[in-house]
Amino acid sequence: MTLVPFDPVLAVLAIPAATAALLVLVPGYRLSAGLNVAGSLLTFLVTLLLFIQRSPPNSYVLIDDLNIVFIALNAFVGFTTSVFSASYIGHELEIGRLTPTYLRFYHAMYQVMMFGMNLALVANNIGLMWVAIEIATLATVLMVGIYRTHEALEAAWKYFILASVGIAFALFGTILVYMAARPVMGEGYQGMIWTMLVAHVAQFDPELLNIAFIFLLLGYGTKVGLAPLHAWLPDAHAEGPTPISAVLSGLLLNVALYAILRFKLLLARNPHALSPGPLMVTLGLVSVLFAAFMLYRRHDIKRLFAYSSIEHMGIIVFAFGMGGALANFAGLLQMTMHSLTKSAIFFAVGHIAQVKGTQRISEIRGLTVSHPLLGWALVLGVMAIAGLPPLGIFMSEFLVVSSTFARAPVLAVLLVIALLVAFGALLMRLQGLAFGEPVGSVAPVRASYVPLFGHLAIVLVAGIYLPPVLVVWFQHVAQMLG
Amino acid sequence: MIGFDFDVAHLLAGGLVLVSFLLLYQDRLSALLNIFALQAFVLSLAVAWQAYVQDAPHLYVTAAIALLFKAIAIPVALHRMIVRLGIHREIETVAGIGLTMLAGVGLVALSLVVLLHATAAENALAREDIAFALSVLLLGLLIMVTRRNAVSQVVGFMSMENGLVLAATGAKGMPLVVEFSVAFSILIAFIVIGIFLFRIRERFDTVDIEALDRARGGNR
Repeated sequence: MTLVPFDPVLAVLAIPAATAALLVLVPGYRLSAGLNVAGSLLTFLVTLLLFIQRSPPNSYVLIDDLNIVFIALNAFVGFTTSVFSASYIGHELEIGRLTPTYLRFYHAMYQVMMFGMNLALVANNIGLMWVAIEIATLATVLMVGIYRTHEALEAAWKYFILASVGIAFALFGTILVYMAARPVMGEGYQGMIWTMLVAHVAQFDPELLNIAFIFLLLGYGTKVGLAPLHAWLPDAHAEGPTPISAVLSGLLLNVALYAILRFKLLLARNPHALSPGPLMVTLGLVSVLFAAFMLYRRHDIKRLFAYSSIEHMGIIVFAFGMGGALANFAGLLQMTMHSLTKSAIFFAVGHIAQVKGTQRISEIRGLTVSHPLLGWALVLGVMAIAGLPPLGIFMSEFLVVSSTFARAPVLAVLLVIALLVAFGALLMRLQGLAFGEPVGSVAPVRASYVPLFGHLAIVLVAGIYLPPVLVVWFQHVAQMLG
Repeated sequence: MIGFDFDVAHLLAGGLVLVSFLLLYQDRLSALLNIFALQAFVLSLAVAWQAYVQDAPHLYVTAAIALLFKAIAIPVALHRMIVRLGIHREIETVAGIGLTMLAGVGLVALSLVVLLHATAAENALAREDIAFALSVLLLGLLIMVTRRNAVSQVVGFMSMENGLVLAATGAKGMPLVVEFSVAFSILIAFIVIGIFLFRIRERFDTVDIEALDRARGGNR
């Protein structure tokens, strides 16, 4: 039965951990950047093995149809970002923004973060999942502050404090879930193992479970960047290195979302517990509306796209909150497309900010004239993220809206208004960024175009033709999410 | 004997809430740190009592961490730090003390109402413990919200964490409690070191930072 001589789940965890340890020891930027790419590629290849061979869940790890989607996406974007990071970081070293010591630290932290995210995604123990998300968060906090400027330290501090409050709430929720499980399942480890919790959750005390979910939603929701709890997100995106902005938006937000989905599944199995849907719909809708209007007032290009991430996470949480096969399918698709598009945009933005030497939107103009490839890549990326057809996000947003119209027309109208507002803001900014007379440096840029156009090509193709295998898989997961 | 066990646990958990209230209105940093040390001390007593009542020896480790690390090491380190940074007389409260206390009372009432109602099926000890723990957690959050100084924010966070430890030890037989408290201690150590470095950067390395800013071409 075993096609592979080793357990791929363990390899998904062991490779980033081993690479991180190795990167601490290796001096020299070229070698460590290469190792970072190699480690990430290897992790991605091993994740593909999970599709052909998965071990039964034990008390620590669990692989099912839901998290395999997250893991594969995580490893893929992790790999492409490491390729982008290699060229981006080289430039930072040249202009002296980073020293070799910090670079060594940066690369090690990159793999620690990948390890944390992978562990959170495969964890079957809700305590372990909490610890893993904390590892990933701490690693990103350290990387956000890596430039040591006043703004970067302030952003890292803000992220740290808000994430810590999130940490505390999520742990309190986890403790409450254990307390709800204890009378039914007895004391000890089984009260924290997700597969066993799901099997017995119908007999848990629903009220305790409700309170637990609210704490978990607020705690992990802080990390998803949902509206009242989002304050860390734009700063962390704007002040850290751009590869970190790409993985924050593309991956870490998804991992926190995954934790919420796991607990949503738990609540759905208890007939007397509250339905998590309306809470998620509200938080999601508030985030979309808030972020859409905030987009107009951004002057920093990375902040602009950070707010766009809040908007998209809002749409995704909204879709999962609506529930049902169609909305869940749309949510999954939206999540995948957003991860790919947003990281592609940050790849382009990273190179643009480097060549122009600024992140101010008003000081960047006429990119399609001065840097045609980068400029048009940005145009394509922004069109995709704004939801223009025929790109992938158009399809997923269309599905979210149409499935909502059938069930809650008022919410759908609000959502459409927010989407249009965001669309307008993004196109208005894009107009200035991409067209007109070039401003600032027109020096040629040594960009890594492969990950950038790779992501955009996938998004374009997915908008026109989704492979049936993927559709069937997503439909199956959507059924599972209920 | 059950009655006595319960009374002591109740006394200690209630004491923790009371000390949280004391933290709310301290208007000097050094006093804040002293009260925090007192809170950590009460916590270690509460945890040790739970270890004894539940017959769970591993909880003594958590109690020891609370005593040695949070009641002694961290307050001493922070005391030295605020003296070196010259901010040991400062404190800034955003809202008035009366208002803050009122909000604190409201939060405690809220957590008692919510949790005592929800955990009706639990035994009395766990019920009250978890309700007190939530009160301590929310009061810690209130401290974080009402203060602007980094050191007092950290005190607020540590006070939140004390609430979490109380909750985790109150949930009988909960696995990973010791691991959680170790993980949190590491986190707190990180934060404290972070503040220290952050301040130093601000004070002594300004030249360096300006050079970096020029390289970026402006602040934003």
